[in-house]
Amino acid sequence: MSPDANSNSGRVLELDHATKAFAGVHALEDVSLELRAGEAHALVGENGAGKSTLVKILGGVHQPDTGALRIGGRQVVLAGPAEARDLGIAVIYQEPTLFPDLSVAENVFIGRQPLGRGRRIDRRAMETTLNEIFERLGVRLDPERIARGLSIAEQQLVEIAKALSHEAKVVIMDEPTAALSPVEVKRLFNVVATLRAHGTAVLFISHRLGEVFEICQRVTVLRDGRLVFSQGIEGLSPDDLVRAMVGRDVLVDAHEAHQVGDRVLEVDRLTREGVFLDVSFEVRAGEVVALAGLVGAGRSEVARAIFGIDRYDAGSVKVSGRALRRGSPTAAMTAGIGFVPEDRRQQGLVMELSIARNIALASLRRLTRVGLLSGRTERSFAADWAQRLQVKYRRITSPVTFLSGGNQQKVVLAKWLSRKPALLIVDEPTRGIDIGTKAEVHRLIASLARDGVAVLMISSELPEVLSVADRILVMHEGRLAAELTHDQATEEAIVAAATGQRSANGKPEGISL
Amino acid sequence: MSATTQSSPMLAPANPRRLVDLVLRVRTFGIVGVLALFVLITTALEPRFLGAGNIRFILSETSLYALVAVGETLVVLTRNVDLSVGSVVGLSAYVSANMFQQHHGIPIPVVFLVGLGIGLACGITTGVITAIGRVPSLVVTLAMLYIIRGVDTIIVGSGQVVANALPQSFINIFHATILGIPDLALAVAVVVAVAAYYLRSFRSGRDLYAIGSDPAAARLAGIPIAKRVFAAFVLSGAIAGLGGVVWATQYNTIDATAATGLELQVIAAVVVGGVAIFGGSGSVVGAALGALLLQTISSALNVLGVASIWTEAIAGFLLLVAITLDRMIQLRLSEALRKRRVHLGA
Amino acid sequence: MEPERPGTIERAQPAAAGTVTEHAFGEPTGIRRLGFLLRWDTALAVTLVVVAVLGTQISSQFLSSYNIFTLCTNIGDLAIMALPMTLIIITGEIDLSVASILALSAELLGYLWMHHWPMALIFVVVLGAGTVAGAINGLLITRVGLPSLAVTIGTLTLYRGLANVVLGPNTVSNFPTPFSNLGVSGFLGIQWLSWSVAIFVVLAIGFGVVLRMTPLGRSLYAIGNNQEAAFHAGIRVKRIKLGLFVLSGFVCAAVGMLYAFELSSAGENIGIGFELQVITIVLLGGVSIFGGTGTILGVALAAFVYAGLRSALLLTSSFNENDFQVVSGGLLILSVLIPNGPSFVQRVRELAGRRRLRGEALARPGGSSEAGVSG
Repeated sequence: MSPDANSNSGRVLELDHATKAFAGVHALEDVSLELRAGEAHALVGENGAGKSTLVKILGGVHQPDTGALRIGGRQVVLAGPAEARDLGIAVIYQEPTLFPDLSVAENVFIGRQPLGRGRRIDRRAMETTLNEIFERLGVRLDPERIARGLSIAEQQLVEIAKALSHEAKVVIMDEPTAALSPVEVKRLFNVVATLRAHGTAVLFISHRLGEVFEICQRVTVLRDGRLVFSQGIEGLSPDDLVRAMVGRDVLVDAHEAHQVGDRVLEVDRLTREGVFLDVSFEVRAGEVVALAGLVGAGRSEVARAIFGIDRYDAGSVKVSGRALRRGSPTAAMTAGIGFVPEDRRQQGLVMELSIARNIALASLRRLTRVGLLSGRTERSFAADWAQRLQVKYRRITSPVTFLSGGNQQKVVLAKWLSRKPALLIVDEPTRGIDIGTKAEVHRLIASLARDGVAVLMISSELPEVLSVADRILVMHEGRLAAELTHDQATEEAIVAAATGQRSANGKPEGISL
Repeated sequence: MSATTQSSPMLAPANPRRLVDLVLRVRTFGIVGVLALFVLITTALEPRFLGAGNIRFILSETSLYALVAVGETLVVLTRNVDLSVGSVVGLSAYVSANMFQQHHGIPIPVVFLVGLGIGLACGITTGVITAIGRVPSLVVTLAMLYIIRGVDTIIVGSGQVVANALPQSFINIFHATILGIPDLALAVAVVVAVAAYYLRSFRSGRDLYAIGSDPAAARLAGIPIAKRVFAAFVLSGAIAGLGGVVWATQYNTIDATAATGLELQVIAAVVVGGVAIFGGSGSVVGAALGALLLQTISSALNVLGVASIWTEAIAGFLLLVAITLDRMIQLRLSEALRKRRVHLGA
Repeated sequence: MEPERPGTIERAQPAAAGTVTEHAFGEPTGIRRLGFLLRWDTALAVTLVVVAVLGTQISSQFLSSYNIFTLCTNIGDLAIMALPMTLIIITGEIDLSVASILALSAELLGYLWMHHWPMALIFVVVLGAGTVAGAINGLLITRVGLPSLAVTIGTLTLYRGLANVVLGPNTVSNFPTPFSNLGVSGFLGIQWLSWSVAIFVVLAIGFGVVLRMTPLGRSLYAIGNNQEAAFHAGIRVKRIKLGLFVLSGFVCAAVGMLYAFELSSAGENIGIGFELQVITIVLLGGVSIFGGTGTILGVALAAFVYAGLRSALLLTSSFNENDFQVVSGGLLILSVLIPNGPSFVQRVRELAGRRRLRGEALARPGGSSEAGVSG
């Protein structure tokens, strides 16, 4: 999608010299931003750079300590999210929250349903208006359908429809493509184009620089709460952005060839009805095997089935030559498997508990003496591992919720690594963490492999897959579509296999299984 | 450029909606189905069951529970619970009936207003503490159950209201019928209809569902949660207050233990009637039907000669069956939705 | 439990209504809770002392051997039941059927004794029945995945109903002397200490050690704060919860027998309303209804504060049982309002602040923005 000349110079939103501090720590310092009608504007920066604070200010959740916000030239004060919405600012968060029990139409119009006679809800008007909006967006969703069971892509569309129904002049999208398949991403980009054509300004926050260059006309880079630059995207390269975000050049390839040992994991014809079919592969000690593919291809499901979180219907799993009981995380852990889940906050950590307790949570039995467990043992154990992984924290007894995303991920890793697993399964190891910590995690995975740990990595980030993995298994619609070695693999090859395409000679790309 | 694709990751519009709608309809009208089944079987075994007299009896007995169930539904929809309704009914029953003892010749509508007033006062107190104090309703209404019952006992002392202190016209309310249908049942049916209409057609009614469905999203959407929940508790209290007067017309003799344990029966009716215990879905019609079902079963057991000593046990058992069935259906539904989505390669 | 993929709107089943982590109102943050809890136990200890002092002011007999003994018999059974209840509430569930299991076991005891069964066998049967009752609760909650509030409301009714069937309107009171003395003689000759409280103290120490210093205890807190994450860390959530409900059933059955012996009678409506008192004690003890926090020490202190307060108030001529009902209700409300106090004040400030900001936005569109409260 080439940046087209649809943008007029109408300034829809201006944030001038905004500063925001929390408990003495500056989240934003002297940041200015300008959004123009009909333009897609990218906001990039590492985690902790201040993007989410900025979004919250625009969304009315926070008020800036200093600085002014102007909408359509008029200065405004946003007392809360409702005010922001009323003034035409819509925020679409990464995980949209819809009401599962209400219909799509009600989700869009809740609290402001069109009224008929006697202040009663006019359902027909609601449905008609919504259909118009969907028409405008070029998507088809049944307004009367209950929201429960909608995919993330569909939920986002409902949120966008909600934004349009509010006559939003500014639509802010926070990492919208993180959980979408390429087809869904394409559809989303079409929707962005439609929004732009209607004069809406789109603020697009993403870590995926390729997408930024594809659909955005201007870009703002934040670093450590400050503005690095804000300008048109013409003439910039991804490296320019990365350098601006990080302040230094980042190494791309963390891979090195090394010795591989015995088979640690043997998966044989694993099947779960409706989810994945006949999946067979192996991971050896010292190997990093990546599971690539589209969202919904079944990768996380396979991993969860191996670890015992989900059950499977047929097939078998062997760890170090011994059959592994299905459906039992405890059995998997005893066999030497560690599992870093995709959803850090919901599955990886108990946010209210301390760093110490989180790190020790998978090792409780090992830390007991005569059946009892002391807090001191817990804390020193945790501190030891936190140090090894260079987790930055103030006190080991403070809740993990105080840590940054990157440090939280390290805590999860510490929890599992402290068990000295033979096989570590990591699902999206660097999702939602800043570039600096990302590199640390990649180095960690590489050193684990050097130490003989077998690593099974699920990742949607192709650069990560290409740089870290020894072997790449690509899944497509529940099946293993291709297997590529590090040297064979290219982005095109992976994407081709992930989308089920076949090469010119009729064979699937790469080595099929 | 249209963004729809042929092998679209979206589901074909009709299927999931039809499936979900079908299931929802099954849930709500499943109760009617079970009810019908029960009636049929019992009548086959004992024709007396479907006699006019028995139907009248069942409808009369159901009235109070169905009425209080309406108020309880409003609260449960918001993911809260009101355990104090039994105590409110008891207090209101005594105080309102006592009005006749204290003030001879007091007009009946005034007594209803007194009952309503007491219920309102209780509801407002509970509502303030829960909604503004942001305190879990389980705890607050549990405490209010104690407090109101305690106040009731203090007021009643060792006294009680006896039947012959009540004017005949008041006692007759319970027995009055129009075309063979008890007045009270009709009145309650009207209340249910009004409540159902309100919940469906007014913004504040829909807000209740939203709050129960996802409280965080409701807050983000700007729904005035405190105001709505407060209103739900006030209504629940007010309705329970009215229920107290109904209790008085029904039982006539009232002491400090009146309506003890009523809240559990009401909650059972609400849950059996398809209202999710976590809120977000369900209907007052369902709740009223749930009350009717429970009452019908109780009567059926009676008619079939099952010793009344078994009623409580059977009621408990039925509640467990109802929620188990409901959960099974829900599980099947999400399973089906999941399989469909994956088949289309999302 | 069926953890769905992130991205669909199915949610894992939350805990009992009114105890969900995603409550209609934001719960106090964990940090505030933890820090506060340490002070909660101290506050309770102080209150206990205050109650004791008040008691002696009201009546010189307050600390007499007789009064303490009465106090003990009043609270002992409730306190024992509060122990498994504490664990259950910490994991985010609730068990409303405890009093009904107590009643069922007491009536079963009476029935079997009436039919001349040997006491040893009766013990086995009754404890077995309690275990089964608890297991039914546990299985419905863990295997079928039903919310514990709804399930235990159902079993509360079911078990009470069964209890009534077992003994009907009869009352059995001819229990053999060693047992019927449990309610009148002191533990091992200590006049002021009832058997029930002695048993409670021993059990409390055991429960307390388990909760504070074992992997199981840690697991309970993890489950209560984030069940899914606990599961992902290899904690056997279902097995633990099932175990807790079975334990509760067993303990309540045992207490049922103990209580029947203490009263020297088993009859209709025994133990009515106990579940509410037990929950009151647990919540007063600083255990959050949302799960994830609480200590046995707090619950133990709360039990004695509760009993002491009741005893003290009843000794004054103007108070009776009913008045105490009102008081205990008030205490319950206070126990949840106080932790929320600071956030309540903040919310009032927020509301005022928002109104002010809104007013400004309408009035002076050209003015500079003010630092507001964080969202």
